[in-house]
Amino acid sequence: MNKGLKRFVKGDLTVRGIALFYIGLLIILPVIAITTEAFKGGIPNLWKQITLPQALFSLKFTFIIALIMLVINIITGTATAWVLVRYDFPLKKTINALIDIPFAIPTVVTGMMLIVLCGPRSLIGDFFGKHGIEIIYNKPGIILALIFVTFPFVVRSVQPVLIEMERDMEEAAQTLGASKFKIFFHIVLPTIFPSVLTGAALSFSRALGEFGSIVIVAGNIPMKTQVASVYIYGEIESANIQSGLGTAVVLLLSSFIVLIFLNFIQRWSNKYGK
Amino acid sequence: MSGIMVKNITKKFGDFVAVNNVSFDVREGELAALLGPSGSGKSTLLRVIAGLENPDMGQIFLTGKDVTPLRTQKRNVGFVFQHYALFKHMTVEKNIAFGLEIQKKDKKEIKQKVEELIDLVKLNGYNKHYPSQLSGGQRQRVALARALATEPKVLLLDEPFGSLDAKVRKNLAQWIRDLHSRVNVTSVFVTHDQNEAIEISDKIIVINRGKVEQIGNATDVYEHPKSKFVASFVGNVNVINANIKKNYIVITGTKEKIQFKEKTGINFQNIVLLIRPEDIIIKDNSTEDTVPCIINGIYYRGSFYEVDLKVGTNNVKSLVPKENFFKFEWQKGEKVYVRFRKFKIFEASEGHKKVHEMLKQLGYIE
Amino acid sequence: MENKTNCVEIVRKQKQTGKWILISVVLLWFFVLIIFPLIGIVMETFKNAISVITSSLSSTASTHAFWLTILITFVAVIINTIFGTIMAIVFAKQNFKGKLFLESLIDLPFAVSPIVAGFMFVILFGPGGWIGSWFYSMNIKIIYALPGMIIATLFVTLPFVAKEIIPVLREFGIEQDEAALILGASQWQIFWKVTLPSIRWGLAYGVTLTIARSIGEFGAVLVVSGSIINKTQTATLRIHDQFTDLNYAGAFSAALILALISFIILNLIQYAQKRKERI
Repeated sequence: MNKGLKRFVKGDLTVRGIALFYIGLLIILPVIAITTEAFKGGIPNLWKQITLPQALFSLKFTFIIALIMLVINIITGTATAWVLVRYDFPLKKTINALIDIPFAIPTVVTGMMLIVLCGPRSLIGDFFGKHGIEIIYNKPGIILALIFVTFPFVVRSVQPVLIEMERDMEEAAQTLGASKFKIFFHIVLPTIFPSVLTGAALSFSRALGEFGSIVIVAGNIPMKTQVASVYIYGEIESANIQSGLGTAVVLLLSSFIVLIFLNFIQRWSNKYGK
Repeated sequence: MSGIMVKNITKKFGDFVAVNNVSFDVREGELAALLGPSGSGKSTLLRVIAGLENPDMGQIFLTGKDVTPLRTQKRNVGFVFQHYALFKHMTVEKNIAFGLEIQKKDKKEIKQKVEELIDLVKLNGYNKHYPSQLSGGQRQRVALARALATEPKVLLLDEPFGSLDAKVRKNLAQWIRDLHSRVNVTSVFVTHDQNEAIEISDKIIVINRGKVEQIGNATDVYEHPKSKFVASFVGNVNVINANIKKNYIVITGTKEKIQFKEKTGINFQNIVLLIRPEDIIIKDNSTEDTVPCIINGIYYRGSFYEVDLKVGTNNVKSLVPKENFFKFEWQKGEKVYVRFRKFKIFEASEGHKKVHEMLKQLGYIE
Repeated sequence: MENKTNCVEIVRKQKQTGKWILISVVLLWFFVLIIFPLIGIVMETFKNAISVITSSLSSTASTHAFWLTILITFVAVIINTIFGTIMAIVFAKQNFKGKLFLESLIDLPFAVSPIVAGFMFVILFGPGGWIGSWFYSMNIKIIYALPGMIIATLFVTLPFVAKEIIPVLREFGIEQDEAALILGASQWQIFWKVTLPSIRWGLAYGVTLTIARSIGEFGAVLVVSGSIINKTQTATLRIHDQFTDLNYAGAFSAALILALISFIILNLIQYAQKRKERI
C-alpha cells in the first residue's frame, strides 16, 4: 500500500473513532446503564415493579391510548396526504407548510393550546361539558394531544410516495375496467402501504413516550388518566428510582422494537419498491 | 522515455482479478484508446494510472518517472470522469479554476487561464452557468477544460462520450481529435465503442478479462486481429466452422474445399474461419476458389445491401455494394457462389499449440 | 345521443362532489387540529392586559429562563453540528462491521420517551452513576446542573443533522471527491471546498430542526435539571412551572413567544428544505 493511501486510511479511522465515541457516550452507554440498573435487583424484583398496579395501569393505558390515536392518525394522515398531492384548492401551499407546525411547537405549548381550545372555560369545552363529556383532564384530551404531536408523521411519509407514484398504473387499471374503489385498494394502497406503516410506527413510538403535552392536559390521576411517562416522572420525583426503572425499561424495549420494525419495513420496501 | 508506461500492473478486488499483468506504453503526444467490453478492467486500469486505485503489483511511469508511490494529488494527471463529476455548487469558471486555486496560483493568472480554456472549449458566455444549466456535451467540455487547466502531463478520459447521444457523441469525438492535435498532451481514453476507438485514436489497446489482447493502430487491429476475441470485438465478423484436411479447408456441412495457397500436408479438426462481411464476395458462377451457398434473406441498408447466406451449416452475412447488387438482381432462395477474399483461421477451442504454430508460419495468423 | 352525454356529465359531477367532500373533511380536520389551537393561544394571551404580560415576561426568573434556553440551544447546535457531520461522513462513506446496527441506533433518540432519556442520564451521570461518580469526586456536578441539561438536549437532538446529511452524501457519491483529488486537493481542502458546500442546505435543515427541538425540549431536561428557578429552569420548564402555579398570564405570554419562535423556525426549515431539493 502506498504512502498516500495509508494517510487516507488513517484519517478515516480517526473520524470513525470520533463518531463511534459519540454514539457510545450518548446512546449506548446510557442504555446499558439504565438496563443494568434495572436488572440489578434481579428479574423477579423487576417484574414486581412493572406489575405494581399503578405502573401496570399506566403502561396499559398508554398503549391503548396510543393505539386509538394510531387508527385516527392513519386514516386522517393518509387522507391529508392524498388531498395535498392529488387535488388543487385554495390555500393548499399554506396548509402544506403548516403541517409541520406540531414538530416545531414545544410540547408544553401544545398542551396549553389544547387547554385554551377545549378546556372547561372554552366554548368547545363548555359545549361538551354540558353534555357530560370531559375533554381536557380526560381521555379525549390525551388522544387529541397525541394526534396533534404525531400528525405530521403519516402525512410526511406518505406524501413523497404519492408524488412519485406513476399515474399510469392507475390509468392501466382504469382501462381494464377497475372501479375507483378497486383502484384504491388494489393499486394505490399496496404502493403506499410501507410508507403508511413507517409513519404509523414513528407516531406510535412518539405517542408511547410523549410527556410534555400530556402532563398538561391529562390531569394525571393515577389509575385513571396517568400515562407511563408521567408515572415514571412521578416516581423519579418521589425518589422511587426502582419502581420508575421497571416502567422505563418497558418503554425503552418498545422503542427498540419500533426501531427494528422500521428497519424491517425499510428493507422490505427497498426490495419490492423499486 | 516520456509519455506513459504501464509495467506489469495487476489489480485484484478480493478474489476477482480486474487487471492481470498488463503492460503497454503510450508515446508522448499520442492519443491511445483502451478498448474492451464492460467489465474488462479498462476503467480500473485508468484509475490505477491516475492513482485512484492502488495496484497489487507493477509500476506506473509518467514522463519517465516512477509515480507508483505518489499520491493522486502529486501525479499531475488530468482526468475526465464518465459522468463528468463537475462540482455542482460551482459555476463553469469556478470549476475550471479549482485546480489552479488549489495550487495557489496568482488570481490574475487564474483568470487569464480560465478565459483561455473557456475559449478553447467554446463555452464563451457560459462562465457564470452552473453545471445543471448545461447540456451533456457542454458539461463534457467543462470537465475537459477543468482537467486541462493545471496543464497535466497526461490526460485520462473514462468513457468520455459514454453518456451522450449518438449525434453529439460523433461531433465531440471529432472535436477531441482536433483538440488533441492542438494541445498535444499524451492522452488515454477508455471506451467500449470500437468505432470511437478506430475514429480518433493513434493507438488501440484491446483489453479483455483484465488482459491485453492486442496493441496496435486501427488498421492493425481491424485487418490483422491477433485473437478470435479481437476479430469479433472490433468490427463485425462471420464465424464459419471448418476442418483442415491435407491441403484444403473443408467447411462443416458441405463437401466444398478451399485450397491453401501452399501445400501444408496437415490435418486438423474444429477450426473456425473469421471473415468480415465485406470480404465475402457473391458470384453467379462457380470458379476454383468459390463455395456454393443459398441466399436466405436480402435487406436494404441504404448505401449497401446486407445478404444472409447459408454455407453448409453456417449462417453468414455479406455486405454487397448497391451497384453490384443491381447488376445481378439476386433473389431469396437462389443458389449462388461466394469467394472469401480474406479470412483468418483460429482454433475453435484453445490449447492446440501445434496447429497454431503451423498456421502462423503460413501467415494465416499472426 | 343526448342521453349519453348526460350520463357522462352526471358521472363527472359525482366525481367532483366526492373530491370536494374529501377536501372539506381534511380542511376541517386540519383547522380544528392545528389552526384553532394557534388562534386560541394568541387570544388567551391578549385577554390578559398587556401590562401583566410585559411584567411577567420581564421578571428575572423568566428572563433567566429564556437566556438559559438560548445558551443550551447554542451549545447543543454547535456540538451536534460537528458530531452530526462526522457521523454522517462515517456512515455515508465508510464501510465497517456493525455499521448497519450503529446507523439504526442513531434513530433511538427519536423513538425513546424524553422522560426515559432523562432518566438514563440521571442514572449514568448522577452521583452514584458510572461516569457521574467520577465527576462528583472532582466536585463537578452534572445532574441538576447545566452540563446535564446540555447532555440531555444533545441526546434528543442527536439524529437531526446526521440523518439529514447521510442521504445527501450518499447521493453525492465519490466522483466529485475523486475529481478534486486529481486536481491536487488534500482531504481537508476537499471537505471544505467540495463536500461542505454540497451538503450545506441539508446541514441548514438539520440545524434548524436541532434548534427547534432544543428550544422546545421539555421532558428530558425536566428530569435532569430539577427545574430550579433562576438556576436550571429553561423557558419550557418556566412555562410549566407558572402553569402549575396557576399564573396563566405569565405562562401564556411565554408560550406565545415560544410559539412565535417556532413559527419563524418553521419558515426557516421550509426555506432550507426547498433549497435542499433544488440542488
